[in-house]
Amino acid sequence: MTKSSSPRRLRKWAMPKKRFGEWFLTLPSFVWLLLFFFVPTALVFVLAFRPADPFGGIGRGWTTATIRALADPQYLIIAGRTLWVSLLTTAICLGLAVPTGYAIARAPLRRRNFLLMLVIVPFWTSFLIRIFAWKSILHPEGLIKKILVTLGWVSPQASLLYNLGAVVLVTVYTFLPFAVLPIYAAAEKFDYRLIEAARDLGARPFQAFRAIFLPGIRQGLMTAVLVVFIPSLGSYVIPDIVGGPGSELLGNKIAQRVFVDRNLPLAGALSIVLILAVLAPLLAVLVLQRKKERPVIVRAEGS
Amino acid sequence: MKRSRFPFLVTGAVLIFFWLPILVLIIQSFNAARFGGAWQGFSFKWYARLFHEPAIWEAARNTLLIALVVTLVSLVLGTTSALALHRFAKSRLQRFHYTLIYTPLVVPEILMGISLLMAFVAAGLRLGMITIVLAHVTFCISYVALVVLGRLQDFDFTIVEAARDLGANGWTAARRILLPMLAPGLAAAGLIAFTLSVDDFVITFFVAGPGATTLPIRVYSMIKHGATPLINALSTLLLLVTFGTVFLSQRLSKSGAMEGGI
Repeated sequence: MTKSSSPRRLRKWAMPKKRFGEWFLTLPSFVWLLLFFFVPTALVFVLAFRPADPFGGIGRGWTTATIRALADPQYLIIAGRTLWVSLLTTAICLGLAVPTGYAIARAPLRRRNFLLMLVIVPFWTSFLIRIFAWKSILHPEGLIKKILVTLGWVSPQASLLYNLGAVVLVTVYTFLPFAVLPIYAAAEKFDYRLIEAARDLGARPFQAFRAIFLPGIRQGLMTAVLVVFIPSLGSYVIPDIVGGPGSELLGNKIAQRVFVDRNLPLAGALSIVLILAVLAPLLAVLVLQRKKERPVIVRAEGS
Repeated sequence: MKRSRFPFLVTGAVLIFFWLPILVLIIQSFNAARFGGAWQGFSFKWYARLFHEPAIWEAARNTLLIALVVTLVSLVLGTTSALALHRFAKSRLQRFHYTLIYTPLVVPEILMGISLLMAFVAAGLRLGMITIVLAHVTFCISYVALVVLGRLQDFDFTIVEAARDLGANGWTAARRILLPMLAPGLAAAGLIAFTLSVDDFVITFFVAGPGATTLPIRVYSMIKHGATPLINALSTLLLLVTFGTVFLSQRLSKSGAMEGGI
């Protein structure tokens, strides 16, 4: 057997090169994300057990005092409030995004693209500026307040800002486009003859909607829930700007521990609570999807 | 069959909801009144005032400098990553790689901010422009990788094979065939990375330290300390830039804006 004509030899020769190519292309981003994403996230779990040093750094030795400090009722109240605001925001976003996604998907093609642009463009604007815009129209001298007072719906003394209502309103505003897009994408693929069939078989419009349409866009609904619920859990700028002392969320507490108290380990301990709160819905959706289809993480590869 | 009008009414209301604050902001930026609210005549004075705020221009310069470096680095890392994910899709390594690319997208920003801050402090790095660049690249890689991956999936690789058959080596084929054909996708991904970097506040705020101020950090402190009419004018200018960028990316890649909205 000659050296080069053997197919096995040839494969052996070709394989390491292919492996080399894969490593060459994979390593840069892999190492970067390992170093600046994975390790820092893991580090939070370690550093939460370090004492704080008085100069805003991380001290030596180990302590469980920081984790035990989380039992303070103020944190429980804030964690509960964060969960409640996120759930409420998600529910309102779904309630608005389902009809909107449906309407856009059912519009004629040309108008559909125009409507999508109208949804996408506002949320390409700066996140801070959008929150600021709401602050100025909810302001005592602002547009909304004046309209509501003129209509007699709100007393001139009432404040529309610095409360939980303002936080939910602005959070919905910020995350609603993220809910509309996946629901639209699912509604666009939905076969509307199924609804006609259901109607022909005697279903009332709402029945057809609930029993045929909603299950049909299940994938879109789940993505929408994730992309609204998870970021709202970590929301901090919105309550910071339009909220008051009574509407602080977990994110505000983390930021306060960092910027006001300069206590990094305690901020880390609070972040662990947030990480666990984020993982729960993520794992739930993964499990739900594994039952029927492939998980989101793999599915998104083709999108 | 008669369709319900309800979804269309909701859509109309949602679109008004989306646009109202932005339109009010633009109109208010031309209002001569000091505290917003009542209209006191059309004026460019807040725009003129902006030019006498050196702090804003310094922040804008920092922001652009950071965004340029971030765009270049994340384009390289994101593109190699997308090529690996596409070319070796079946391999075990790429499944880990994909998870690593995908997870930063679902993690709330504040978590990325605090974990990077703790890592930088633990490593003894001085907070400033460099830590901001490191942090921005970390979240931009994922967006670039997914946008380029989307492009690669529509890409006809037989053309590259043809080039190889005609005698081009791997490097020449990549440079002369793959790169020019991927260019619109790369441009769209670059614009997304640039916009994300320019716009980021939460993560930047955590890793910036006292020395380095970016435009969003500046805007935040203006919001907190109430320089209302100036922010209106600055926001309107930024809106113009954003709309220009969106328009450009739409021209470059028809679905660029959609992919940016992952």
